[in-house]
Parts: sequence; structure tokens; C-alpha cells
Amino acid sequence: MSKSICIAVFLAFFLTCYPGHHAVASQWSGYVALEGRYFWEKSLHRDQREQNGSVSFEPEFYHEWDNGSSFVFVPFARLDSSDSERSHFDLRELNILYLADSWELHVGIGKVFWGVTEFIHLVDIINQTDSIESIDGEDKLGQPMIHLSIPRNWGTLDAFLLPYFRERTFAGKNGRLRPGLLINTEQARYQSAAEQSHLDLAIRYSNTFDDADVGIYYFNGTARDPLFLPEFNASGIRLIPYYLQIEQLGLDVQMVAGEWLWKLEALQRNSDDERYFAATGGFEYTFVSVKDTNMDLGMIGEFVWDERQEGATTFAENDVLVACRLAVNDAASTELLTGVLQDLDSNSKLFTLEASRRFGDNWKLRLESVIFIDPEETDQLYDLRDDDYLRLELLYYF
Amino acid sequence: MKNRIFLLVIALLAVFPFSALAENAEDRGISIAREADLRDQGFQDFTSSMKMVLRNRHGQESIREIRIKTLEVENDGDKNLNIFDTPKDVKGTALLTFTHKVGDDDQWLYLPALKRVKRISSRNKSGSFMGSEFAYEDISSQEVEKYTYKWLRDEKYEGMDCFVSERYPVDKNSGYTRQLVWMDTKEYRAHKIEFYDRKNAHLKTLTIKGYQQYLNKYWRPDEMSMVNHQNGKSTDLFWSNYTFRVGLKDKDFNKNSLKRSR
Repeated sequence: MSKSICIAVFLAFFLTCYPGHHAVASQWSGYVALEGRYFWEKSLHRDQREQNGSVSFEPEFYHEWDNGSSFVFVPFARLDSSDSERSHFDLRELNILYLADSWELHVGIGKVFWGVTEFIHLVDIINQTDSIESIDGEDKLGQPMIHLSIPRNWGTLDAFLLPYFRERTFAGKNGRLRPGLLINTEQARYQSAAEQSHLDLAIRYSNTFDDADVGIYYFNGTARDPLFLPEFNASGIRLIPYYLQIEQLGLDVQMVAGEWLWKLEALQRNSDDERYFAATGGFEYTFVSVKDTNMDLGMIGEFVWDERQEGATTFAENDVLVACRLAVNDAASTELLTGVLQDLDSNSKLFTLEASRRFGDNWKLRLESVIFIDPEETDQLYDLRDDDYLRLELLYYF
Repeated sequence: MKNRIFLLVIALLAVFPFSALAENAEDRGISIAREADLRDQGFQDFTSSMKMVLRNRHGQESIREIRIKTLEVENDGDKNLNIFDTPKDVKGTALLTFTHKVGDDDQWLYLPALKRVKRISSRNKSGSFMGSEFAYEDISSQEVEKYTYKWLRDEKYEGMDCFVSERYPVDKNSGYTRQLVWMDTKEYRAHKIEFYDRKNAHLKTLTIKGYQQYLNKYWRPDEMSMVNHQNGKSTDLFWSNYTFRVGLKDKDFNKNSLKRSR
């Protein structure tokens, strides 16, 4: 890891200093962010605190040659006041893109997102979730890959070789938003004897058919979401992540029909342990220029279903999401997204709110809040029942 | 018989001048629009940079910088790729649009932080582009088929002989009932457009300045200024780095190129 960072930094500075006359672009950008989180309920575990502060930094170096090929380097670091697990470093991206006339090849550490729905990212599988960053599943760890993409008029074919597996991150002993039992990531186990070095494969076909964008993929390799095995020792019980080998077929569809957007994600997963089907889908309807203002108001409805029901490794298995998105369309790009996820088998609810606004040209303020309402004991969110929080983030972009 | 012919002549005389005039005004309106469109055909492709200066009624400014790639498509609207450079928090965000002469455009938005391509509804024609006083329909490719026309008069505008025509959006989702366009009779370039909202009240005025000719044929302005009379805000667009026929192809306007764009 540290070797590749050295190479990346050297390359970045080399390209900055000696861009050569062929260089199209060579630039640094990124952000520094100050984050405060406030948990207003008393913690379940005595090592946890009500407040925590942290600072994060994500610079990006990008260089483009005049044939369109490029190099990108995006390190990420966070320093957290209370959770040593949350203080972490990651190489989000470090890759070279070779652009040929009819195909492109990405080699290195990269990030790929598949999916269409707003709330649950079901079919997204290439990158591991950096779940210690946020519980929305949108922060990802950099994934080593060789990625060949062939766009043609009959659609786009993407093939992936994933030679190294990244373990999921979890909050530590002093961190909030952690499971009741501590997770011992040091002892992670794998079904494959190759462990983290198992070579995962994925192939995806995607195309646009008039108003619909469709993607279908096959993945063979290590599951990104672990099962947990209890471990007993002198200090008590701990959970050990166990990563299965899986085969997965995934589908994502997004369709536009006037002010309506229709979305569907579905997967079928097979492993030695289980076979199951899961799907999420729904719509977003946008009222444009509400009451002759510039504001757009979007109404979102989504449904999540997992054949495993109670045994699901995700927290939504038979749930409905109702949400609303307000885009003010002002100079400060003020936005608000708020919603409720209701479990259809219990009273368990999840309330979320996200808002953001730009100040001046370089500053941005982000607000996020999650409230866990009446989670049942069998629910995965039960462990988070006292972790309602407000997160305020001030970002400086350069 | 004689009587009948006489009556017919009278009737024709009575009706003809008006109907002829009315028909002429609309025919003339559309032929002006067709001529302007014809003169701009064959550019193939171009790239350019655009700086938007948003100004509120207190004079506070906010700036957006966008790079634009455009591909001319035969028998349909252009393909566009807009890449945002500033504000910094949206840097790398890109918008791919396949405009169509008839019906809704196809639009995809790329969000670089999530590496996510979102299909977006293009129904929001009257919505603000990036918080500016320009609506999507003001900056999207101007196709003859998007309006019906009526020539009103010829008059001098800033020393130039101009056609003054009215045009009416065909799309019922347009934010306008009509637009008044001043176009010079020599080169068929628009110099001023007045926009009238759904209640037919004067909403905005666009003035277009600094036309430059490229490839000895295609005229592009350096500056466009939109003033909103109802909210007191304005937006200026400054265009630069126009390069025509850089050799862009269809493959530069797909989801792969959208995800690659920086």
C-alpha cells in the first residue's frame, strides 16, 4: 500500500512539474472538511460519547494526455476525535485510463457505481462500502481492478478483474452507530482459501433503449457484505466477519416518462450457504417550477424486498420509503432531501434528512440527520436505537 | 353570370388583403427562421468555454465555468456535453443531452463523487439552468420545429436592419407564451429576445453581443446578457475558445465519455 502511494505521489508531482507540451490538463483539486456529529440520546455502551468531531481530506490529482488517456490519484484521510477505527486512510483512486478508439482500459484502484434507486443500493457490488464513513452506503473503498470497457452502438460491455478484496469497515469500540457486539475485523474469515487474494470477476452489459437505461451483470467472487460468526474469548463475545463466495446476477433499469422517473434494481445471489432474490424499485415524480418559482419538488416512493426476510444482511427487507426532494435552484444550490423508511413487518421506522447549501464559491455546508424509531429486537437497526444523530459538515473545496 | 363574377371579385377584394397579409406574416416568420437555421448548418462540431456570471438584485455575483462540446446531428437536434469546472463543489459534474427537434430531449447527469449516471427528466424546460436566469429551453439547441412564427415588422436595432418576429413555443411545458426576436437581415443573427411568461407578462430580455465569424460562415456571440425584469436578477454569459471541427464523433457523446469527462 505505502509503496503504491509513494509511486502515485511521485508520478503526480512529476506530471505537475513536467507536464510536457502535450499535456491537456494537469490539476489538483479536492476538499477539506470539518465534521461534527451530535448524538442526543445517551449511549448504549459506556465507551461511547455524545459528540464527536473529525476532519477529512480528499485531494485529487488528475492528468490527461492529449489522446484522452489519463492518470488519477485520489487519497482520502479522516481523523476522528473518538473512534480510532474511523480515523482511517484509503486510496479512493489511483489508476491509469488508456483510451483507444473503440475501447478503454482502466488499470489500478478505482471506483465504479451501479444502481439507480435513491435509498438502498442493492446491486452495487464492485467497491466495498466504507460503512464507517456514513450509514447511507454511498462511501466506498478504492478497489484494485483491471476494467475493460467497450462501448458500441449495440450497447456497452464492461469486464472486470478484481485481484484483491477490501474488507468492510466498521465502527470501533468508542464509535457510535456500531453493532451491540464488537466486530473483530482483524480475524475476518473467508470461504475461499485464497482469502483476500481471490480473483473476483464481473461482466456487465448496459444500453439505452429510447427512454430506458438498462444494465445487467454477472459477478463471481467474494461477497461484499459479510455474515458474522460469534467468537468467545476471555473478554467476552465478539463478531467475526465471514465473507462467502457468491455468484450474483444483477439488473438495473431507469426509465423516464415525462415528469416520472421509474427505477428498478434486482439481484439473484447464489452461494453454498444460501440462494435468494432481492429487489428494490420505485419512482420519482417531479413538480417543476413550483408555484412559479424556480423550485423543483420531487416525490419519491421506493419499495425494498429481500427473500431472506429476517435473515437479510441488509437492514431493509420488506420496507417502503417515502421521501421528498426540494431543489431550490438558487445561486447557492440549496437542496433538501427528507424521507421515512417504514418496515412493513413491524413499527420500525427510519427518518432521514439531508440538506446542503453553498457559501461563496468554495464553501459548502451539509446537514444530515437520522432518527431510528421503534426498531424491534429482531431488526438490525435495534443496535442503533439510541444512535439518533445530527451531522454537520463544513467543506472547503479547492 | 356577370353579377356573380362581380360579386366574387368584390368578395375577393374584400377578403384577400387581410388573409394575404396574415398568411404572409406567418410564412415570412418561418422562412426567416429556416434561413437562419440553414445558414448555421454544416458546422459539424465545436468546443467552447462558457463563463456564467449570476447577479442578484444587490449586485452580488456568483460564477460558474462550463466547457461545452457540441455535435451536429443530421435531421435531429444537436448532441451536447457540458462539463462543470466551477463552483468547485460541482467540479467534474457533467450533463449529456441529446436534443430532439420534436418531443423531450434525452438527458443524463454524471455525479463524480458517487460515480453515478442519473437519467433525468428533460420535461423541466422552464427550470433554471444552474440557478441562473437562463432556463434550460433558453440554452438548449434552437431548432426551427420548436416554435411557430410570425413576422411583425422590419426595424432598425442598434444601427442594423432587423426583422422583428414573434415566436410561440410548440411545447406546452415551455415557460413562455411568446418571444420577440430581433434578427439582422444581413446575417440572420439574433441580437435581442424578449421573453413573455405564461401570463403573457414581460419576464426577461436577452441581449446578444460581439458576434464573431468562424470558418468564414458560422456566427457565434462573445456575450449574452439575460435580465429578469420580475425578480431584478441577471445573468451574463461570456463565451470563449470556440474551436470548430475538432473531429468529435458520436462516441464522444455516450455514457462512457460522460463518466470520463473532467
